[in-house]
Amino acid sequence: MNPQNPVRAYWRANLRLIRTLLLVWALVSYGLGILLAEPLSQVRVGTLPLSFWIAQQGSIYVFVLLIWLYAWRMDRLDREYDVHE
Amino acid sequence: MSTELWTYLLVGLSFALYLYIGYASRVRDTKGFYVAGRGVPPVANGAATAADWMSAASFISMAGLISAMGYDGAIYLMGWTGGYVLLALLLAPYLRKYRRFTVPDFIGDRYASNTARALAALATLFISLVYVAGQMRGVGIVFSRFLQVDIALGVLVGVLVVAFFAVLGGMKGVTWTQAVQYALLILAYLIPAFAIAFILTGMPIPQLALVVSDLPERLNQIQTELGFAEYTQPFQSKPMLDVLAVTAALMVGTAGLPHVIIRFYTTPDVRSARYSAFWALLFIALLYTTAPAVAMFARYNLISTLHGKSLNEVRQIEWVAKWEKTRLLAFVDKNGDGRITVAKGNAFMMEGGKPNFDKPDMSNPNEVFVDNDIIVLSTPEVARLAGFVIALVAAGGLAAALSTASGLLIAMASAVAHDLYYRIWNPRAPERLRLLVGRLAMIPALGAAAYLGINPPGFVAQVVAFAFGLAAAGLFPPILLGIFDRRMNKQGAIAGMLVGLTFTICLIALMRSPQLFGTSQPLLKDFFGISAEGIGIVGMVLNMATALIVSRLTPPPPEAIQHLVDAIRVPRGAGEALEE
Repeated sequence: MNPQNPVRAYWRANLRLIRTLLLVWALVSYGLGILLAEPLSQVRVGTLPLSFWIAQQGSIYVFVLLIWLYAWRMDRLDREYDVHE
Repeated sequence: MSTELWTYLLVGLSFALYLYIGYASRVRDTKGFYVAGRGVPPVANGAATAADWMSAASFISMAGLISAMGYDGAIYLMGWTGGYVLLALLLAPYLRKYRRFTVPDFIGDRYASNTARALAALATLFISLVYVAGQMRGVGIVFSRFLQVDIALGVLVGVLVVAFFAVLGGMKGVTWTQAVQYALLILAYLIPAFAIAFILTGMPIPQLALVVSDLPERLNQIQTELGFAEYTQPFQSKPMLDVLAVTAALMVGTAGLPHVIIRFYTTPDVRSARYSAFWALLFIALLYTTAPAVAMFARYNLISTLHGKSLNEVRQIEWVAKWEKTRLLAFVDKNGDGRITVAKGNAFMMEGGKPNFDKPDMSNPNEVFVDNDIIVLSTPEVARLAGFVIALVAAGGLAAALSTASGLLIAMASAVAHDLYYRIWNPRAPERLRLLVGRLAMIPALGAAAYLGINPPGFVAQVVAFAFGLAAAGLFPPILLGIFDRRMNKQGAIAGMLVGLTFTICLIALMRSPQLFGTSQPLLKDFFGISAEGIGIVGMVLNMATALIVSRLTPPPPEAIQHLVDAIRVPRGAGEALEE
């Protein structure tokens, strides 16, 4: 934490978190669900091809989880930098 | 009790409830009218956002669309949910902190420009108008199919109900009715889905049934035997590049849709805005993870019920006879063997996107036409559920259409009354006049919605690409850059919006020229392999590139604006009153 400018430090921490979560977001949806759709069709989850399951089910679960993670981590960040309501 | 009586009862009761909520939450100030007094708890706002977002198309048509597209249906599933991640991480918390009423409010103030404000307000109006036409059509369709009521009368009843709670209760009335509508629509979607999953696979939870049953394998096998590609095979209806582009355009477009963004203005603070995005997507995911299961089960059921059977035998089945009457299902015995052949290709010649039932398409052996809407509408009958459930589906479909329509009405009324009238035309208008203008602005919006619902221009379905394209290419970039790029200035933002909007509008118009201008062939087939639905993402990139370049060649924004950017990045103070 940078005592000179805590608000800047808060913003940088926020950006880091956003970057990580959006990376997961893109890897799952564009990466596993689309770009790797064909190779991942050979792997199975239960009776479904893995890429099909990710594209039509798994990615949506991941999206929900990412938004929750962001809200939860930001709660802690807000308090750490004392910018909460 | 007959199905029809049940339907009248459930639809009547739900409408009475909406009217009561609208009356109970009537408002007296613009803060109540535009942002529900900022007192909506995260879970309720999540449910309201989910209902606001899930339209007649999500409820009635999406599963059918996926059923026809197989793997590639994922563009809608991922596109229409992935956008919430962008919204939750990049836009909602900061726009909530800004403490104003509309999207053009932020764009106009952040860039200190009424040109930018007017551009954003016009984009909001256009996007919402395109969108609302489809909703009112959905209302008419539900009325006519379930109650044999004339479409025009159905649309009129729907408009009057929405008018009552939206004009009286504004955003507050709309929010609480939407929360109730969510409960109704999700029940109506899940009950038949659980039933059909249980009947076909023995596993009642659709999401699990997909993974544990052998139905996907059986479906793939039947599809191969009949000459289709396997259902789970990717890129059969679109090439990979276009799947990527459309998914991205729908995601960014979703995040930029004004009627969705303004839902996050109603929460008490920034923290609740973040959590309500979570609740919203969780509630949406309930329907969006069920839809692909319904799509697959219904496709399997349809093919195995129809293929190879004799026409007479099939017409004995109650739901087949019923839907054949409404022309959502149609047969033609091309080879005269008295049996139905399911195969690749159109059963009838397509004219203007609709089948001509008098002209069989003899270029392929397929003898069955299936309208996408039948997949959801017929599940309760296929699963042999009681009349009560069929009535519930009708009420649920109406809830989905009306909740989205009311959210769009607020967005349109605020663009006219708040952005164009108050912020640009008459900034000295007193509070009471502003509230009155807000209510009055709903009347033309309702009129337009009713007109477009009763006389839908043939191209409505085709121009929905416009709504997402314009939101992605016109609204998303200036909001995003306004928050994350302190150096972004008026010149950059306006240049970017103009380039993004012009490019996207021109390209969609060229690619959809048969529907828009009646040319026999599209003037442009695709843009380097990207279709009209996906072009918004190219418009967005062009917008951002232009904005970044122009802003660096022109002076930085004034000190006051840079302070504004610093202020919205910090959650504290979102609850404080704002001098309007």
